[in-house]
Amino acid sequence: MKRKDFELPSREITPFGVYLRRREFMGRALVAGAAALAPGLACGSEAGGEGPAPAVGAPPGALEAAPSPLSTDEPRTPYDDATSYNNFYEFGTDKSDPARHAHQLRTRPWNLAVEGEVAKPGEIGIEDLLASFALEERIYRLRCVEAWSMVIPWIGIPLGALLARFEPTGAARYVAFETLLDPEQMPGQRRSVLEWPYREGLRLDEAMHPLTLLAVGMYGRVLPNQNGAPLRLVVPWKYGFKSIKSIVRIRLTRDQPPTSWNVSAPREYGFYSNVNPEVDHPRWSQKRERRIGEFRRRPTLPFNGYAEQVASLYAGMDLRKLF
Amino acid sequence: MSTRTVRLQAAAVAVGLLPLFAFGADTAWRGFGANPIEDITHVTGEWALRWLLVCLAVTPARRWLGWSWAAPLRRTFGLLAFGYAVLHASTWAVLDLGLDPAAMVEDLLERRYIAAGATAFALLTPLALTSTRASIRRLGRRWLTLHRLVYAAAIAAVIHFLWLVKADLAAPLLHAGVLVVLLAARLRRPARGAAAG
Repeated sequence: MKRKDFELPSREITPFGVYLRRREFMGRALVAGAAALAPGLACGSEAGGEGPAPAVGAPPGALEAAPSPLSTDEPRTPYDDATSYNNFYEFGTDKSDPARHAHQLRTRPWNLAVEGEVAKPGEIGIEDLLASFALEERIYRLRCVEAWSMVIPWIGIPLGALLARFEPTGAARYVAFETLLDPEQMPGQRRSVLEWPYREGLRLDEAMHPLTLLAVGMYGRVLPNQNGAPLRLVVPWKYGFKSIKSIVRIRLTRDQPPTSWNVSAPREYGFYSNVNPEVDHPRWSQKRERRIGEFRRRPTLPFNGYAEQVASLYAGMDLRKLF
Repeated sequence: MSTRTVRLQAAAVAVGLLPLFAFGADTAWRGFGANPIEDITHVTGEWALRWLLVCLAVTPARRWLGWSWAAPLRRTFGLLAFGYAVLHASTWAVLDLGLDPAAMVEDLLERRYIAAGATAFALLTPLALTSTRASIRRLGRRWLTLHRLVYAAAIAAVIHFLWLVKADLAAPLLHAGVLVVLLAARLRRPARGAAAG
């Protein structure tokens, strides 16, 4: 009983330094399993002392955000992992490329254009956006189509609140998003691995859903560039590639917009791309996932565990066909 | 075996183990990355293929460059490739899938890149098992026929690589290109006397 008094509420922000700690657990679990592979591996679990020292007080770029009842209380992925293991092909196709190259991106000034089927099309600057909306912290599960997952404390605003300001017309049925196109700042765009700019899309009701977040920060501070600064989408019940990064344009449309991975490989990546353990990707079983920092795979949940909130959006749809 | 051959093969083994030491040193220095199982899978798989390509480069080097001294390295690099392939396959089976038979069967049947990789591994296994001098003597001419499977294994390994990447084909195409050159180099023989030495 006494211990309880000392327990922190689950949503209390863990000191920044905790995220910077190395993956001791992972190291031990792996060494136990992999001792036979190479003697050199065993050193990993004891390695330490790298990375910046734990910040004292508010780190630079700290953001104030209200906690949200939509947050999960699962343990958060270490900050180091969330910022060094990224799919952001604009900076290279290796997972370590974004952390290496994303410093080339200039995130200020940054304008977001909102256009198409809206009564008041226009632009909003990132500073204006930060000043005019109340920020919330949303701790969400993130499930990548490559069968790994993380838990990230995002900071942002509900996308619906932003869209409402531009007044969608009755004809709007879809929302199309576009990443910045600038091979100078985004060296990965110099190779045509995907069609640039990266494009994503949602149905309007998905975009207006309270879970759908326009994120400007994570772990209590502004977004690192490799995580999609200064402005990215977070749709926690869909595979990670739907959550488009470094957005410069949002267009409301009548018709379903083209989306980058779907254009690249329509058989592998559907427009909806809801997390679905029943529909396998040709390259990855979607039944299970490896939570970063954990050794054993865990079962993947329908809609990434958000079925209660979002399953009704897809009532009557054959999600095996509309994957 | 001459002392020279033994030294040459020992040096090749030392070089062949460098990627493992480099990975171990990097891990000791910086700690594990976010997804260590994936890192181990990639390092072991890439080097299994690379040592197999080096193994296949020995014969062209003898024919075209006259490097007859390199002949014993075929076996060394072939076995290094197989060693990395064993690590690679066991990383998949043990670390990644936890030896879950259902998950392994599903992977083999439903994911064609896994099937291609397993094919390459299955083709390499009898070659590694018959790499001894005793086997060469025992099998006679059939040994040569059997060991032609190495070409099929290399092709399957490159296909495995091509099929597993999502969008960026640069690395698998580079390895495939090297394999094509090495196979093409076998189709033609240099003019008599060109490979003296």
